[in-house]
Order: sequence, then structure tokens, then C-alpha cells
Amino acid sequence: MATKGDTILEVRDLVKHYPLNQGIVFKKQIGAIKAVDGVSFDLARGETLGIVGESGCGKSTLAKVLMALERPTSGTVKIDGRDIGRARGGELKRMRRNIQMVMQDPYTSLNPRMTVGDIVGEPFDIHTEVAPKGDRNRKVQELLEVVGLNPDHINRYPHQFSGGQRQRIGIARGLALQPEIIVCDEPVSALDVSIQAQVINLLERLQNEFNLAYIFIAHDLSVVRHISDRVGVMYLGKIVELGKDTEIYDRPAHPYSQALLSAVPVPDPEGRENRERIILQGDPPSPANPPSGCRFRTRCWKAQEICATEEPLLEIRPGTDHESACHFAETHDVVHASS
Amino acid sequence: MSKTSLEALPAEGGLGNEPLLAVDDLHVEFATRGGAVKAVNGVSYSLDAGETLAVLGESGSGKSVTAQAIMGILDIPPARIPKGEVRFHGTDLLKLSEEARTQVRGQRIAMIFQDALSALNPVFTVGWQISEMFRVHRGMSKRDSMKKAVELMDRVRIPAAKQRVNDYPHQFSGGMRQRIMIAMSIALDPEVLIADEPTTALDVTVQAQVMELLAELQRESNMGMILITHDLGVVADVADKIAVMYAGRIVENAPVHDIYKAPAHPYTKGLLESIPRVDHKGQELYAIKGLPPNLLAMPTGCAFHPRCPYRQDNCVTDVPPLYEISGTRNSACHYWREVLDGDQG
Ligand SMILES: Nc1ncnc2c1ncn2[C@@H]1O[C@H](COP(=O)(O)OP(=O)(O)O)[C@@H](O)[C@H]1O
Ligand SMILES: Nc1ncnc2c1ncn2[C@@H]1O[C@H](COP(=O)(O)OP(=O)(O)O)[C@@H](O)[C@H]1O
Ligand code: SF4
Ligand SMILES: [Mg+2]
Ligand SMILES: [Mg+2]
Repeated sequence: MATKGDTILEVRDLVKHYPLNQGIVFKKQIGAIKAVDGVSFDLARGETLGIVGESGCGKSTLAKVLMALERPTSGTVKIDGRDIGRARGGELKRMRRNIQMVMQDPYTSLNPRMTVGDIVGEPFDIHTEVAPKGDRNRKVQELLEVVGLNPDHINRYPHQFSGGQRQRIGIARGLALQPEIIVCDEPVSALDVSIQAQVINLLERLQNEFNLAYIFIAHDLSVVRHISDRVGVMYLGKIVELGKDTEIYDRPAHPYSQALLSAVPVPDPEGRENRERIILQGDPPSPANPPSGCRFRTRCWKAQEICATEEPLLEIRPGTDHESACHFAETHDVVHASS
Repeated sequence: MSKTSLEALPAEGGLGNEPLLAVDDLHVEFATRGGAVKAVNGVSYSLDAGETLAVLGESGSGKSVTAQAIMGILDIPPARIPKGEVRFHGTDLLKLSEEARTQVRGQRIAMIFQDALSALNPVFTVGWQISEMFRVHRGMSKRDSMKKAVELMDRVRIPAAKQRVNDYPHQFSGGMRQRIMIAMSIALDPEVLIADEPTTALDVTVQAQVMELLAELQRESNMGMILITHDLGVVADVADKIAVMYAGRIVENAPVHDIYKAPAHPYTKGLLESIPRVDHKGQELYAIKGLPPNLLAMPTGCAFHPRCPYRQDNCVTDVPPLYEISGTRNSACHYWREVLDGDQG
């Protein structure tokens, strides 16, 4: 097994546009929904990169393109140095083995008519080399045990499990092919607090045990801080800030990150009267028609003329210690500061 | 004490020591094929004007059913209220005639729900739905009531209210729809607003907008607010006092500062230790073991005992009463002293 630290996933200028059509019989493309619009980052072995942002900013689309479930409009996704977008046939199959997904809703992402054994073992049907036929049940039971489920329950159906247990089934399935990367799209969002903690702890334990690299997508900023080594903040299809967890949470530099963080309620009533709140006005603009220049400028209290004419690139800016995409980036701790 | 006519209710303000709203030993069951589901098992809480009570608990703990009983919108049957009172200005609403209750519901006690889209009617404009409150309850003309609707949309800060009053619910974002729900709920100046997970489906920035709006409306009108939520962060932000629910019971209630400083029930303590924090990274999360109980087969003694690190033998046999810790604080745990001192667990 390779060591922790070297890059396993390399994403460059990734773009995914969905055509916006008009007419039912004679479809005419009248534009595009720019769901993901130029995203770049690296992920190291054994590392967790958290992705946060409000609904519609392109998180799930990014996940699908990383998984090669959707073809990118442009840009590259390299796993272990090989471009998954160019891979075909046997090579694509091998690469797909290495990147697996855990999804939000344990209720809908599992087929209700399949037994847990069939669900967890299904990846073996496509990748027979991992588990030869006679070995399959034993492998599935091993996986159930790894995620803390009773291996004797292999013949039960999803409805016989609680929400947290169903999420464990999803995780067992994600582990089946021994991937090095797991993309988790809101894996604990549907769970109650006490169950959420069980699943987060499980994900962390598995990461240590198997040196897994995670892309951890969630809208809950507290959960993301807890689990991530680095965090990317997305707004309207772009990463606007990227850095280590302390860089993002204690020293955010982009106004959007600051607004987002200041809106997170802190579970401690002490000093709540003095907590800083940046209340954004209105809703994010449509990804079909994003603002020129900086996409955040229509809601930004710092916006100047240059923000409408020049797109701020994601780079390390003067006075800050990590990448942000704002012409007026400036570190400001909103989580701990009181005004 | 309880009277059966609406005239018994004073128009405004309190009656002696009686709180604005008091739920007292409320029980609610549902008849199902598997037997009687005991969704609410002796819930008590109270609310004064201008006060915010947070009802905290995980899904299935009985928060919404309690609220529905207060509003009188439970379907009876399958629901049944074998015991308990819901006193509003000292009058038990459960004993009022349906006609008298209609005068309270929506007018003096109003409610907003998590899912604004399904609570709004998709085939009517939002203006029509808001203005209906004034036509039905205040006998206003169509013209005047529509004018009131625009005023309310302004008040809940929907941009360009005048232009948007004839739009349909689906033409609004989730946050804006929640504002429309809020507009409808405050239309008739209620004294109590029950907000059932009003921001659970919303993004955090929109949640902040909606919570700010609710706090402002409350300040303006001195409404009492019951905020139902599972979010310990939201509670810490806005509540004056908290009632924690588990398996259909209140297991702890206290002023907000007390409970975060030192919880007095193992379940509350477990919840507080199991949430990740935005303000620091923290160690491995504490995880309350096991699952909430099946309401058809409740554990004996304390319902939390199968998951509790403080459990002793008597927890398995004796149902803990709601022990009084101080004049404003209670805990339904035999070992609340140990929990409060942080002795073990
Ligand atoms: N298959 C699709 N066709 C058209 N538009 C889509 C499709 N999938 C997602 N979108 C749009 O792309 C944007 C980003 O969506 P998504 O990636 O699901 O965001 P998130 O996961 O951050 O909530 C949204 O505006 C969404 O409506
Ligand atoms: N109409 C009904 N029939 C049967 N059981 C019900 C009905 N409504 C609610 N319940 C049950 O009552 C319990 C409490 O529900 P609820 O008050 O909605 O929980 P919460 O709001 O705390 O998530 C749940 O176990 C739920 O399944
Ligand atoms: S009564 Fe016993 S089982 Fe219940 S919470 Fe207290 S210590 Fe735990
Ligand atoms: Mg998504
Ligand atoms: Mg509910």
C-alpha cells in the first residue's frame, strides 16, 4: 500500500455544464446551467478534503463527475496520474474500482427488494476478480463486521434496519472493492445527532484502518470541520476558498466564507448577544446566468467596480496564508470574534 | 378550573399566575395495527408572553404530535388523548367545543411547519392565501385583504412584494416560501407562535435570515414562541428555556444557560457531547450507543436505560419522576445529581 501524503486525485479546471433546452419536439439549446465551472484541487492519500456550500452550488455534480458517472464538459480528473475521462474499457473499470461513493439518503439509495448481502456484494458481480463466486458471502460478512453490523443479518432487507444502520450498509458497499478514494455526498445529513456521531466515528476509523482518502461533501460546516484536513468552499460552481481546516474556520479570507461561517449557530448560549452575524440578502443567482467577474459580487458588501469586470482567481493573496478568490481578501475570524 | 366557552378567555395579557400557555401531563396515543403507539407520555411545559421555549429532541420523540395536540389538528381517531390539559390563559383547550377552538386556532395560537411548500396550496397565488386569513376571520373585502397581504409580505421582507403578490408558491425559493408561511401565521397577531422545525430544510445562511426575522417579529409583538428543533446550535442562539424530549417524555427542562453549562440528564449530556463544533476541531465524538426505543415496546423503568452510561439497577424497574432540581429546572433521571456533577458516564 502506498504511503500517506502523495497525490491520489488531481482535478484540474473541471467544468460541467448541463444544456438548457427549449421546446419539446425540436429541442433547441438556449443556454447552459453552469453547475461546476472551473474547479481544481488535489487530494492526498489518506486525506479528507471537505467541500461546503449551499444547495445548488454544484457539490453533487462535482461528485458525479469525479465518479465518472457524468462526463465533464472540459477539464481533467486524474486518479493516480491517469485521466479517468480518457480511460476506456478495462482501464476505466479498474479506475472505477478505486473511487467509490457513499450517498446521503440511506432510505432511497438502497434497493428495497435486495437483501443486504446482495446490496453489499453487488460490486463483486462487475469486479469478479475481487471476490470469486464461492468467496462472496464470506467477504460480505467481513464487510458487515467492519462497519459494525451483525454478519448474521446478511439475508435481511433494508427496511429491517434503522437509518444509521442503512448508512452503514451503504458504507460497506462503498468499501467492497477496496478503493483508495471514497466520495461521501452528505453521508450524515439525514441522520439524527446521536446516530450521526456513530457514523462519523466509523468513517474516521475506516480511514485510519485502510488509509482511505475522502472527499467529504456536506452543508453542515461543523461536521466538515470535525472530519476534514482541508476544506474547499464552493459558490455557484466555483471554489472560492481552499485551505487547511484552521485556515478556513479560524482565518477565513473570502467574504462568502465569512458570511457562511457567521451564520452557523454555535451550541453555546454564552455571549450570544455579541456574536457577529453577517446576514446575506436574497438568494444566490441562477447558475444559468452567473454574474460577471466575481460571482459573489451581487451579495457582497465589499464589491467594487473591479469585481464586475475581472474574475478573481483562486490564489494566495497578500496578508493571507491560503488560497481565496476575492480581490479584497482579508482574514477575519467570524466564528470566535464578538463584535 | 376549565371553562367551556371562549368568553372565558381574557382578551390579552395574563390571568394571575397562570402562564400564557401550559401543557400539563399530556398523553397522546395512536391506534395502529401493531397496537397503541404511545407517542406522548406525560408532557408538561409552559410558555409566557415574549418568551421562547425550545423543544429539543430527535425524530420520533413526540415534538410535533405535542404541537398538533396544542393546535387541535390531530386526527382523532386514530389519535386519542387519554389524559392531560392544554391551558391557554388558564382555560383547557381540550375541553372547548370545536367551534370555540376554531376561534383560537390560527388566530391566537398559530403554527408554521418545516415544509412550507406542502403547507401552501400550489393552485392559489400567495397573495390570495395570505389575504384569505383576513377574509375568513376578519370579514374583509377582497380588495382590502389583498392590500393587507402586500403589507404582510413587506413585513416579512419579501422583496418587491407588490409585484410578487400574484405569484404562485413554486415561483419562490425555499427561504421565501418560509417567509410567506410566517406572514400567514402572524396575519392575525397571534399570542403564541409554534414553529415546528422552521429552518430544518433551509441552508444555513437562509436559516439565519429566517431566525432573525422571527426574533424581530417576536420583539415587535411580544408573542410567546415554541421553537421545535433538533439543532442544539439554533437552541443556544434563541431560546430562553429548553424542554428536552425523549421517547414521548420531557426528560429535562431548564433555562438555556443552565443546560449548556451543566446538563442534568444523561441524554442531554450525551447529545451535547456528540455534536461536532464549528468553533474548534475537537476529539473523537462521543456517540450515544444504540437506538431510540420502539414506542410499541417501550423499555421498562427509564426509557433511556438501555443506552445510559449512568444506569443502576433501579433504572430498569422504576420510572423516574420529573425530579425538581431548582424552581426552574427538572430532570427525569434518578441520578441527576451525579450527571450534574459530571461524576461518571
Ligand atoms: N442533470 C441535471 N440537469 C440539469 N441541471 C442540473 C442537473 N443536475 C444538477 N443540475 C443543476 O446544477 C446545479 C448544481 O446542482 P448540484 O450539483 O446538485 O448542487 P448541490 O449538490 O451543491 O446542491 C443546480 O442548479 C442544479 O439544478
Ligand atoms: N398518525 C400517526 N399514526 C401513528 N403513529 C404516529 C402518527 N403520527 C405520529 N406518530 C408517531 O408518533 C411518534 C412521535 O412523532 P412526532 O411527534 O412526529 O415526532 P417528532 O416531531 O419528535 O419527530 C413517532 O413515533 C411517530 O411515528
Ligand atoms: S434514570 Fe437511570 S437509566 Fe435513566 S437516565 Fe438516569 S441514570 Fe440513566
Ligand atoms: Mg447535493
Ligand atoms: Mg416533527
